[in-house]
Order: sequence, then C-alpha cells, then structure tokens
Amino acid sequence: MRARRTDGIVRASGPGARLLRVLLFVVLGLFCLYYLFPLFVMVSTSVKSLAEIREGSFLALPRAISFEAWAKAWGSACVGVRCDGLQPYFMNSVMMAVPAVLLSTLLGALNGYALTKWRFPGADIIFALMLFGAFIPFQVVLLPMARTLGQLGLAGTVPGLILVHTVYGLAFTTLFFRNFFIGVSDGIVNAAKVDGAGFFGIFFRIVLPMSLPAIVVTVIWQFTQIWNDFLFGVSFTVGDSNPVTVALNNVVNTSTGVKEYNVDMAAAIIAGLPTLLVYVVAGAYFVRGLSAGAVKG
Amino acid sequence: MLRAMSRAIERRLPLIVVSPLFAVSLFFVYGFIAWTIWISFTKSGVMPVYDFHGLAQYERLWATPRWYVALKNLFVFSGLFIAISMGLGILLAILLDQRIRIEGAIRTIYLYPMALSFIVTGTVWKWILNPGLGIEKVMRDWGFEGFTFDWLVNPDFAIYTIVIAGVWQSSGYAMALFLAGLRSVDDEVLKAAAIDGAGPWRVYTGIVLPSLRPVFLSVVIILAHLAIKSFDLVVALTGGGPGFATDMPATFMYAFAFQRSELGVAAASAVMMLATVCAIIVPYLYSELRGARR
Repeated sequence: MRARRTDGIVRASGPGARLLRVLLFVVLGLFCLYYLFPLFVMVSTSVKSLAEIREGSFLALPRAISFEAWAKAWGSACVGVRCDGLQPYFMNSVMMAVPAVLLSTLLGALNGYALTKWRFPGADIIFALMLFGAFIPFQVVLLPMARTLGQLGLAGTVPGLILVHTVYGLAFTTLFFRNFFIGVSDGIVNAAKVDGAGFFGIFFRIVLPMSLPAIVVTVIWQFTQIWNDFLFGVSFTVGDSNPVTVALNNVVNTSTGVKEYNVDMAAAIIAGLPTLLVYVVAGAYFVRGLSAGAVKG
Repeated sequence: MLRAMSRAIERRLPLIVVSPLFAVSLFFVYGFIAWTIWISFTKSGVMPVYDFHGLAQYERLWATPRWYVALKNLFVFSGLFIAISMGLGILLAILLDQRIRIEGAIRTIYLYPMALSFIVTGTVWKWILNPGLGIEKVMRDWGFEGFTFDWLVNPDFAIYTIVIAGVWQSSGYAMALFLAGLRSVDDEVLKAAAIDGAGPWRVYTGIVLPSLRPVFLSVVIILAHLAIKSFDLVVALTGGGPGFATDMPATFMYAFAFQRSELGVAAASAVMMLATVCAIIVPYLYSELRGARR
C-alpha cells in the first residue's frame, strides 16, 4: 500500500506541494511578524531620543541607541507627584508577588493533597465550592474586600495585597494540585500509611518531592497572575504602595509636561520583563499551566 | 490517654487542614458575594447602609445610559474578540500542525503576549494606534496623504482598538488550546480516511474539526470569561474614553464604586456581572466535574 501523509494538508512531493509548503512558511512568518512587531516597537522606541521619535517613523530602526529613557523610567520618571521612577513600585510588586506565590502554592498543595489522598465525606463538594472562587468576576468582592482590609488595618498596604492574592489564588492552586494528585497512584500513600507515617510526614517526605512539575507549573502561573494583576492593585493601594502595573499606568497617563514616549515604552518593558523572562526560561511549564487552567475537573 | 488523643487528632488532620482553608473561601468568596448582593438591595451611597430597600438600585442601574453603553460595548467586544481569536487560533493551530521542524520556536513567538500584563499590552498598542505618531503618521509619510486612522480617539470606533489589542494578546492562547486538541485526534481514524481517498480539506472539515467540539466549547468559555472580566486593557488603552465610549461593565463598576461612591449601583452592576459569569461557567463546571467522576 502507498504510504501517505495523513497529518498534514500539504503532501510531501510534487511541485504544487512544494509551492504550498513555501506558502505555509510565508504565512507562518507573517504571523510571527504580527506578534513580534509590538515588542520591536516597544524596544526600539525606548532607545530613541524624543526628537527622533517625533521626526521619524515608529517602525524605523533607531539611528542612535540611548538608554537614557530606561534610566529615567527606572529611577526618575514621575508617578503622580513622586518622581522616583518605577523602582519603588517594582520592589512593591516583588514584595507582594513572592510571599503571595509561595503561600498560595503551599496551601494549594496541602489542600489538593488532603482532598485527594485523604478522602473524607464531603471532599468533592468542598472542592466544587472552592473551585467556583476561581471564576467569579472579582468586581463582586471588591467592595467588601476594601472594607475588610480597612478593618484589619491592611488598607493600602503590600501585606493587604498579599492576603488578597493568597485568598483568591487558593482556588486555582488547589485545582492544579488536585488534578496532579489524582493522577498519582494511591499505592505509595497507602503503603506509607500502613507503615505508620502521618499526614504531614507523607506530605513533606513523599508527596511534595514527587510533585515538582506541579509545583513549577503552579508557581509560574501564580507569579504571572499576581505580577500582572491590576484590578486589586488599583482598588486596594494608594500612591506609595502601588504595584508596578498601577505605577506604569500612572506614568503613561500623566498628563502634565511633555509626553515622553520613549520613557513610557521603557517603563512598559521594565514592568513586563519579569513575566517575560519566566516565559522564555520556562515556556513549556507556562503552556502546561494554561492548558491546565482550561481543562478543569 | 494522651496517645489516644494524639491519634484522634492525627486521624482528623486532613479535615483540620482543609477546614480553615475552606472557611477562608466561604468567607472571602461566598460571604463577600452575599454582602455585595445585600448592598445592592439597600440605599447605600457613599457609606453602606443595611436596611432593605427593594430593587431601587437595579432600577437606577437600568436607567443609567452609561450602563447601556457598557453592555453594548461588552457585546461588541466579546463577540468580535471571541470570533477573531478563535478563527486565528484554529487557523494557526492547523498551519502549525503540518510537521514543521521549528514549530517550538514559532509557538513560543505566538504565545508570548499571554505572559504580559494587559497594562503593558495596552501601553504599547496605545502608542502604535495613536493618530499623531503611530500607524496614521507612517501611512501619511509613505505618501497616503489622506489616510486617517483615528479609532483610538473616535468614540464610534474606539471599542475596536480594544478588540485589536485583545486579539493580539489572546489569540496565541486559543492557538495553543486548539493545537493540543489537534494532537489528541486519533491517528488511526485519519489514516483510514486517507486510505479511503479523502483529501486534506475533507479530512479537516469532516473528521478533525467535528472531533474538536469540546475544545471549541472550552475556548469559547475561556475567552468569554476573559472578555467579561476585561478591565486592565480598557483602562490602559482608552481609560474608558473618549468620554465613556469604551466603558465596560468592569470599568463601570469600578467608577461607581471608587470614583463616584455610589455603592448601591456599583454593587448592583457587580451582581449583574456575577449572574452573567454564572450563566456561562456553572453549567460548564457542572458538566466537567461530572465528566471527571465518570
């Protein structure tokens, strides 16, 4: 029987097929340009001088490269009335994201482990009820959250944001770990139980070491979500405690003075760099998180 | 005695661990939802009051022209955003599924916008689309003197700039989901079809795409969910303007809650958003959870 390619629309031989193949690469290449050109515009604008930006085309390569706009975006651009650049707000985001990611991941792992490996009556209902929290539009909790943070004395603070992100990240992290642990054989856990190992002993010595892939996926997902958050940041913080996304928006929409597009673009890159780096370094895990977020249950 | 007690604690440890986390969820999710729903039935303005006041806030909400603008924008935006992102997503997934050696690199390029904050995306596209120095200027410099592209500042068209930026950010996500779906189509079925002499077009329209139906459903739901929640992108790109021409329910709620201090109306609009999301998500979650148990 003639072997034929079945998984492609383009057959392997013949001049017509070769033409189609070329066409395929042209189309794929054009889409690469489509996705890359905003990044290119961002980078090239950030190293141009304001004069060059005003005279030239935004698509043109920079004539001379200057990192002045970067220095200004980082250290001296005005965010509202304060002119220290993005740096303090970038630090806010770090101080917020790191504990919130670690806390929500650890609690989600414990939760997922307890719900799958120590099944008790009502575990399914508890999971379903918690899962719902991952999908609510957060507008519905903004007002009571603002009041609660105020009563806890955490209004407008970074610890307040850590609390918010941990609480609302828990639904996602529980989901990720539950899905992972469901695929882990009960045999090992049961054997350890027979040997007299307890809940935490099994968790820290057996389950956690073998769930490294799930931990990586969850950490990356949570970091991306929390770093990129804007809604909670803008609703629950003021001025000095703003995360970097809010500060970036303030830099760009400051209406006083000359519009410095190169500084805006440099600020946008600085705010986007951490998650972009994570994506470049651990893209495969990022994609796995995306599809895990899509296929629930 | 002590040992019996510690054994009893040990036996209940899973429950002891889950309970506080569950309680936190109950309080911060369901308790807060209940609070917001209750406030939507009160007279609350700048400060919350707790006396039942009937449907007055909903009547005010539905008598606010700005709310209708927000709803219309949501329909226009989500319709176009979902349709275009899905169309691009499935097209790119099929093209990438043709045994391409550098597929990994191309996929990375298509998907990186998902790693960016909507604020970053909005900032870039605001610069690209701004009439003074962006695309419009480039086209005029190239000799198209009469070329006008002022959607960003044109109240009738500004909503489409949000579609443009939104599609750029999310279509790669749709592509990744479709590609995963394509990879799970049974090879044997495809081979059988090819042996029967079915052409590539027939294979895709007759076999592959119909078998992707669950993936289509997931993608629609995920994109719809993104669309309803869209807040950051609007704020960064147009700030809801010109005027409130690009307001969406999420920005409407924020404006009424934190800028105009009309808690009742804000709560009512949040409840409407929750109801919409529930109508989409609850049947989906229900079928997914049931499917997983089978």
